[in-house]
Amino acid sequence: MRKRKIIPGVDPKLLIKDAVKLMPDPMRRNFLRGAASLGALTLLTGCDLIDGETAEGILHKISSLNDGAQAALFSRTKLAPTFPENAITEEFPFNAYYSEDEAPEVDGKTYKLEVAGLVENKKSWTLNELYALPQVSQITRHICVEGWSAIGSWQGAPLSEFLKRIGADTRAKYVWFKCAEGYTNTIDMPTALHPQTQMTFKYANQILPRAYGFPMKIRIPTKLGFKNPKYVVAMEVTNTDKGGYWENQGYNWFSGL
Amino acid sequence: MTAETINTTSADVTIHPLWVRVCHWINAIAILVMIGSGWQIYNASPLFDFLTFPTQVTLGGWLAGALLWHFAAMWVLVINGIVYVTLGLATGRFRRKLLPIYPSQVIADVKAALTFKLAHDDLSHYNAVQKVLYTGAILCGILIVLSGISIWKPVQFQELTTLFGGYDIARYVHFFAMAAIVSFLVVHVALALLVPKSLRAMVTGK
Repeated sequence: MRKRKIIPGVDPKLLIKDAVKLMPDPMRRNFLRGAASLGALTLLTGCDLIDGETAEGILHKISSLNDGAQAALFSRTKLAPTFPENAITEEFPFNAYYSEDEAPEVDGKTYKLEVAGLVENKKSWTLNELYALPQVSQITRHICVEGWSAIGSWQGAPLSEFLKRIGADTRAKYVWFKCAEGYTNTIDMPTALHPQTQMTFKYANQILPRAYGFPMKIRIPTKLGFKNPKYVVAMEVTNTDKGGYWENQGYNWFSGL
Repeated sequence: MTAETINTTSADVTIHPLWVRVCHWINAIAILVMIGSGWQIYNASPLFDFLTFPTQVTLGGWLAGALLWHFAAMWVLVINGIVYVTLGLATGRFRRKLLPIYPSQVIADVKAALTFKLAHDDLSHYNAVQKVLYTGAILCGILIVLSGISIWKPVQFQELTTLFGGYDIARYVHFFAMAAIVSFLVVHVALALLVPKSLRAMVTGK
């Protein structure tokens, strides 16, 4: 069998640079400004009827409509494709808005997962308690919002099982995650309950290395990579959309695959 | 047939019915937005080392902005495309205007075109080169939408993604369909400017 060695468009060594490049600065955040965008708008409208902020508002509204369209397309039972072991990408890339040596270092001995919101039992969970949950494995494709993809092997507990154990109100709309470095993420309840959505503790059957999110990552093969938070230290079951690091900067909220 | 229709002079004949013109210009705007934003998205993870697109010709400013444009304009492109193809088939316009295509005629017309001897007297009748290009553009349009869906929803529409040979290959299909459409556009716009009455016909219908 042919081994996948090349991720199109990705040089693992350049990923950090890419992440930095993609990190929005105040100029970049104002993404509708700038010669190209305004030029295109003028071209499209033939005049200056639409200014940058109006267009930005319209685009964000359409993005919200796309959230709805994607939620409607989402199947609670359809599984993401799984792959054989020989399809796993060598040197699965590290990707974040910071470099690998800036990644959070979480102490597994003192680590506690905080649980909050619409749940019956808000007790925190130690790593050993989490490791004692029923474990499952998946080899699935991680697809980055940038376009590249990589196949990885993840082991952990189904999030749905955990939500059941803490007595989560699964009629709530969202599950919100907070990470050690301050990264945040909100996902919809149907995705949280999807059979492949996993509280991941291992990569390729080894304790999750720091680069991949030690001690816990939420692996969601039905969503883009940035919707798969690493270094998760707290979760909340809620009816309030608390947004997320990238979503708040313009990436589509649902970002389903 | 009544005497009136027989006496109708050629100047009154509508070359492009209203629906063709409306669909054409909506499509023109949508495809430009899709290409400009698509190039910005491409730049986030280029498929080829030698190719990134200068920001002067991209839309969106950065990846998130480009994605917002791309996933907004896609609805315009797809809905307009469905209306266009449905009417093209239902009214028989595609069959009348684009078919049949004979390879021998294509070769003869390409030769004539390259020596600037290809006649454009009758705008309502497409020569073989036009037939090939327009049919090809419509097929590329369908291909770019299907490959786009397969990389947008590789889980929900995984059967389609598999049909393209998987997610990574579907990205290349999407790219080359774009390249084909851009190539078509270069020729199409150049020829429309060389034969201005064809541009007028797409605006006024006559």
